[in-house]
Amino acid sequence: MPKQIHLAAHFPGVNNTTVWSDPASGSHIEFDSFREFAQVAERGKLDFIFLAEGLRLREQNDRIYDLDVVGRPDTFTVLAALAAVTDRIGLTGTINSTFNEPYEVARQFASLDHLSGGRAAWNVVTSWDAFTGENFRRGGFLAQGDRYDRARSFLQTATELFDSWRGDEVVADKDSGTFLADPHPGAFAHRDRFFDIAGQFDVPRSPQGRPVIFQAGDSDEGRDFAAASADAIFSRHSTLEAGQAFYADVKGRLPKFGRSRDELLILPAATFVLGDTEDEAAELAQEVRLAQVSPATAIKFLEQLWNRDLSDHDPDGPLPSVDPVVGENTIARGRASVRMHRDPVATAAEWRAKAEAEGLTTRELIVEVTGRQSFIGTPQTVADTIDRYVQADASDGFILVPHLTPGGMAPFVDRVVPLLQERGVFRADYEGTTLRDHLGLPLRHTDGASAAAS
Amino acid sequence: MPHPPIHLVAALDGAGWHPAAWREPGARPAELLTAGYWSDLVQEAERGLLDAVTLEDAFALQSDDPFVADDRTDRVRGRLDAVLVAARVAPTTRHIGFLPTAVVTHTEPFHLSKAIATLDYVSSGRAGVRVQVAARPDVAAHLGRRELPPVDRDAVATAPVVVELFDEAADYVEVLRRLWDSWEDDAEIRDAATGRFVDVDKLHYIDFEGRHFSVRGPSITPRPPQGQPLVAALGHAEVPWRLIGRSADVGFVTPTDAADAARLVAAVRTEQAAAGREAETVHVLGDLLVVLDDDATAAADRLARLDDVAGAPLRSDARVFTGTPAQLADLLMEWQRAGLTGFRLRPAVLPDDLEQVTRGLVPELQRRGAFRTGYEAATLRGLLGLGRPANRYATA
Ligand SMILES: Cc1cc2nc3c(=O)[nH]c(=O)nc-3n(C[C@H](O)[C@H](O)[C@H](O)COP(=O)(O)O)c2cc1C
Repeated sequence: MPKQIHLAAHFPGVNNTTVWSDPASGSHIEFDSFREFAQVAERGKLDFIFLAEGLRLREQNDRIYDLDVVGRPDTFTVLAALAAVTDRIGLTGTINSTFNEPYEVARQFASLDHLSGGRAAWNVVTSWDAFTGENFRRGGFLAQGDRYDRARSFLQTATELFDSWRGDEVVADKDSGTFLADPHPGAFAHRDRFFDIAGQFDVPRSPQGRPVIFQAGDSDEGRDFAAASADAIFSRHSTLEAGQAFYADVKGRLPKFGRSRDELLILPAATFVLGDTEDEAAELAQEVRLAQVSPATAIKFLEQLWNRDLSDHDPDGPLPSVDPVVGENTIARGRASVRMHRDPVATAAEWRAKAEAEGLTTRELIVEVTGRQSFIGTPQTVADTIDRYVQADASDGFILVPHLTPGGMAPFVDRVVPLLQERGVFRADYEGTTLRDHLGLPLRHTDGASAAAS
Repeated sequence: MPHPPIHLVAALDGAGWHPAAWREPGARPAELLTAGYWSDLVQEAERGLLDAVTLEDAFALQSDDPFVADDRTDRVRGRLDAVLVAARVAPTTRHIGFLPTAVVTHTEPFHLSKAIATLDYVSSGRAGVRVQVAARPDVAAHLGRRELPPVDRDAVATAPVVVELFDEAADYVEVLRRLWDSWEDDAEIRDAATGRFVDVDKLHYIDFEGRHFSVRGPSITPRPPQGQPLVAALGHAEVPWRLIGRSADVGFVTPTDAADAARLVAAVRTEQAAAGREAETVHVLGDLLVVLDDDATAAADRLARLDDVAGAPLRSDARVFTGTPAQLADLLMEWQRAGLTGFRLRPAVLPDDLEQVTRGLVPELQRRGAFRTGYEAATLRGLLGLGRPANRYATA
């Protein structure tokens, strides 16, 4: 039996992958865009939709970054509203473990799970910076080295809260007058370095027991965190080789946490461009890349690596001859991507060598190094490639990131999904009602009776 | 209209406000945590052309004792996050407003601001929030951000910690409001020529610095459709009335009679003036817990029966009204003359007493020319006669 593929739709984010200048690009904030996006994904029987989150508007050169989409809704609120206009598709929200408290987040996810009939998922992220902290009464108090310690403790505490109701407490028997079988439900007490809380949780057990847990960090610690606690990983590694390496690495970490290989799904982010022919797709892909990397955007990317003001640099000329400023990135703030540049001087040297060897201008180089789309081709080749990657253990499926809001998933849903269904590697219809059902994950109940039937 | 219109809000909580409500034949106690239950109730309120619903919430299980958990097994216990219930129901309705309760003591104003702004987007301009202070030590222990001392039951309203928490709540609302304005309406420009999605001169740092917290801004969520979603609060004493006067668009008070209603309205107006807000509209709505039936004896019998099942007479901070919809209409109009602009009705039993409101009281008020006969505005602010406010940061 071939592996079944899992597919999800990422609502276009506040970065340059999203092309807002296209005439077909709609609102990023009106609910109609979210509704259409989710309904298209559900039409394709996708596993879930995915929302990213950032808690401070990005800045570069001490100004709010204005070249990409700016602004987004509150994750929980928009997912709860989407539960009203969809029936089966999973609802995954990115929620930070630094600028929240477990009691609040647990009741929000438990509530979302109830209100959606068991479709909630939580992508636990750990962004910790003081820049973001300025928006919170807590402030930016966390040292980088503590981010996963707090995340682990946060998730552990939230799990204790989810599990504090077994699922059989509410009897609501009108005749006998017994509403609760247990006079003191939801009891919890958690005490560690980060959290010292106790009392009674006030949301009874939700259909999934716990939301599905995603993790999206790439560091060694992040991978361990996922292997220990997550149901799925949202990764960046969408090519065959990098995907296989990441897959092997993370799945290889599972035994040390007493878990089996099928308890953790690997779902990389992936972009796509479809055409009627390979040539047409390739041409379209290049057009999209140029829209994503305008001359001004190319300079901003350059500045993020160089960590200095390069506003006078010619995007159609060669790369700067000066070296990057090493040390704390002061030019771009609130942006996870700058943390990927772990050795800026070495990366700049590589970029220069590549630009010289291939005769690339600054903008052309940025187009190259910021990555071409993961899947480019006819629906047939894209379906083939996705299936091949999954069967070759480069992933268990993909979280697709379209470049257009809200209609960007429609070509994939209408043209690629049917081919995967024909091959028998993607569901023809939803078989269960909960996201855990779609993902083939076991219900992680303590015990109790509130499991949704599948 | 011979009378200024009365505004009506339905207060939704669990199976209703009587502790025995969940055992009534029409009650759906096993569905209190489902979306369908709440959609049905709000849709019923909307059929009655009500201005809005409130949804109760707290960071603790319900309790008959307002100060501590009571470990009772014969009452409704457990509930969902009110803001998320409102968001889940909003797309299933078209006109009615939402005032979910949100705790402002332990939470982040930044998060609540974007949550209510988003509720305003998903409801196309029908959002507000009822802010609530949480002074209980056991609730503080759930969140773990700080310890709160126990307060003297007989002096809650003047306890120093309560005064302090209400001051903090006023700061909190100030941050909500600044964040809602932190994007000007036309900040999104999508200017292809310069490649700019937003005009950064129209995004504003709010730079709030208070005694309890500081928040930089701007919000990550653009200015919501109403500009400023509504802020409501309930008050039984001077300290909360001050919060209403300083910060709210809608205050809920609990009069015992018409004279008391006049006194409470005056108290809120005094605080409103002290805060320099005389020129602004602040609605003062009277709370009533209602047990309604087609004849007055039937209503009284019903309450007696419910009390019997509950094992104790109904106690409430609000006046308990027992009678017919017409008698209630008489009372509302009398209290309206005392200065209230509307009422928040707490149905004793859901859906029974809500249906008495929407199918009995509302037609009665309409006959008297005291209630709308159709939704006259597309936003909650519009229903309450409030315009769309200018942005405090806009210069033009
Ligand atoms: C594919 C991917 C998507 C991510 N999305 C978000 C996001 O939406 N919001 C956020 O705050 N962090 C996001 N992150 C950041 C991580 O979740 C993580 O908290 C951060 O990178 C620090 O952990 P690390 O050092 O293990 O990478 C994302 C990371 C990856 C790999």
